[in-house]
Amino acid sequence: MSRLEALFRELSARDGRALIAYLAVGDPDLETSLRLAEVVVDAGADALELGVPYSDPLADGPTIQAAGQRALAAGFRLDDLFRAVAHLRARLSVPLLAMTYVNPVLQRGAGRFAAELARAGGDGLLVPDLPPEEAGELRAASREAGLDFIPFLAPTSTDERMRLAAEVGSGFVYCVSVTGVTGARRRLPAEVTSFLARVRARVPLPVAVGFGVSTPASAARLRPCADAIVVGSALVAEIGRGGGEAAVARRMRRRVRQLKAALAPGRALARPGVGVVDSVEAAEVDSRKPSDSDR
Amino acid sequence: MDALASLPARFGRFGGRFVPETLVPALDELAAAYEEARRDRRFQRELARLLADYVGRPTPLWEARRLRRALASFAPRGLRIFLKREDLNHTGAHKINNALGQALLAKRLGKRRVIAETGAGQHGVATATAAALLGLRCDVFMGEADMRRQELNVFRMELLGARVVPVRTGTKTLKDATNEAIREWVRSVRTTHYVIGSAVGPHPYPALVRDLQSVIGREVREQVRAAAGRLPDALVACVGGGSNAIGLFHPFLGEPGVRLFGVEAAGEGVATGRHAASLTAGRFGVLHGAASYVLQDEDGQVRPAHSISAGLDYPGVGPEHAHLRETGRAEYLAVTDEEALSGFRLLAETEGIVPALESAHAVAALPRILPRLGEGALVVVCISGRGDKDVPAVADRLRGGAGAG
Repeated sequence: MSRLEALFRELSARDGRALIAYLAVGDPDLETSLRLAEVVVDAGADALELGVPYSDPLADGPTIQAAGQRALAAGFRLDDLFRAVAHLRARLSVPLLAMTYVNPVLQRGAGRFAAELARAGGDGLLVPDLPPEEAGELRAASREAGLDFIPFLAPTSTDERMRLAAEVGSGFVYCVSVTGVTGARRRLPAEVTSFLARVRARVPLPVAVGFGVSTPASAARLRPCADAIVVGSALVAEIGRGGGEAAVARRMRRRVRQLKAALAPGRALARPGVGVVDSVEAAEVDSRKPSDSDR
Repeated sequence: MDALASLPARFGRFGGRFVPETLVPALDELAAAYEEARRDRRFQRELARLLADYVGRPTPLWEARRLRRALASFAPRGLRIFLKREDLNHTGAHKINNALGQALLAKRLGKRRVIAETGAGQHGVATATAAALLGLRCDVFMGEADMRRQELNVFRMELLGARVVPVRTGTKTLKDATNEAIREWVRSVRTTHYVIGSAVGPHPYPALVRDLQSVIGREVREQVRAAAGRLPDALVACVGGGSNAIGLFHPFLGEPGVRLFGVEAAGEGVATGRHAASLTAGRFGVLHGAASYVLQDEDGQVRPAHSISAGLDYPGVGPEHAHLRETGRAEYLAVTDEEALSGFRLLAETEGIVPALESAHAVAALPRILPRLGEGALVVVCISGRGDKDVPAVADRLRGGAGAG
């Protein structure tokens, strides 16, 4: 059984939900990013998504773009991903997933990339610019290496595409909550619930929701309709705010704990919009409406 | 059998669709709408009417006798040079052929807003123009560095009612303007059509843009037949993303006697690393949704391109060009900023035509291409756009280059 499968089996036995934390490897530098990864797991994250910094991150909003730029400026190289996974695997038992755009995978070679990730102790990978119809080679390589290949679905996905994702994917299905790029948002769109219900009815994999999930209120609202939430920009923004590693770690820890609390069993009735949004958090969340563009 | 085959999703191992899931349904919808439009006589009639009465097509084919004389030392005996005058299109470049076609498609799709990326500003101006004509809202994404280089075009777009959105990320040029346009499309895909400006991007864009630009090659075929009673021997066009080149080449792909030359931007020289010659010095990779040749490092991080011409300053190239290069059907060479400036002046001095810096690359490649051709060869060079937009930058550069003198 894969680590992801074991995680979701264990959680469903006690009506739990997983909190998946995204951090960019090498942000703000490799060593610090590894320590922060341990911090978020220690604070309660159930799995880590390790982002590979990339020059042209099409699916990312300004927060994660900035994280990638910081990491690249600090000298991130692709081999650092595998080193990071090996380092964390020696210390952590949670699933470790690599999130990367497709071009770095192509340059390393799909087979070699999957094999190196598996050898380092990784459990799966997500490639936001690789839809199922282009994924043949990497999916086969992932399977061969014993990695989960996690597909994406969006509110615009047709029923047919949901079936396709179910066919190629394993581990879980990553549902993009909004038509948009990554980035913390105060509120989730109303349609997210019906979208997740459509996915549930068609995809027999655990359902994770990401993009725009940043507040305990959002987490609580998603609890009834998802098995996991993915939080990225809200954590990564803490690095951007600076203030020294200890302060960043403290703020990340607090954020992870609040989100975990919102996902805990018995919180299913929390009303949307009633989460604790303190002044610090309000300032961090992107103030723009989801339909606005980054500029 | 239907004369119109389905659009290819791939050109050999190039092309495809490497985009976030959110966009895939919109690309399917666009491909289906375009397949229908291609077969729809009313749509084709409307497009033909706009190209004739609004754009001013067909554009002339001009025999450049004085240019030929200036290049006599490179040219085989009896060689003739013709210029395809895309610079005489309304808005001053070939970009309008594509922008109008796509704006019509946007209306067909029921979308009320279009967005576009632009480098030199020519595609932005063309899209803003088509949007004004057809009553669509228009936002154009443009790198901040390019906005400085192409101030005049920024003002033109605003005059046409478009909003120009400065892009401050990454290289602040065409590559990142394209990233930002794609991100905006992910956000607004239900109400917005993305008018991509070159034969790049995810399927069906490379085939769609190629088809819309193929009017260039179809006219050349007829015009050369009228002028010389035969096919041309060589076609020359600049290649950034490669839309004027593929539009010129495509109607001749099945004519093995017609040699195809694409001219990339070598910037300060391919050896310096400061260039935009993806076909000459790039490797297989994915950029902006398609597999093609890409300037990148060994980890797959895309490297910034460099060219004096904002329209060629792009680290990728259309997937069909990648395929034509790999199969050897087309030949690609790269000319430097300096050479392009010489081409710019040469065409102005010999023919009284000030070309866009992009098109000046095609002119500048002639001293290397002509000696490879036979006696009496007939060459067509695409002048993809006019150079008014470049005059201030060229003036600065030439004055600067002249030093205190």
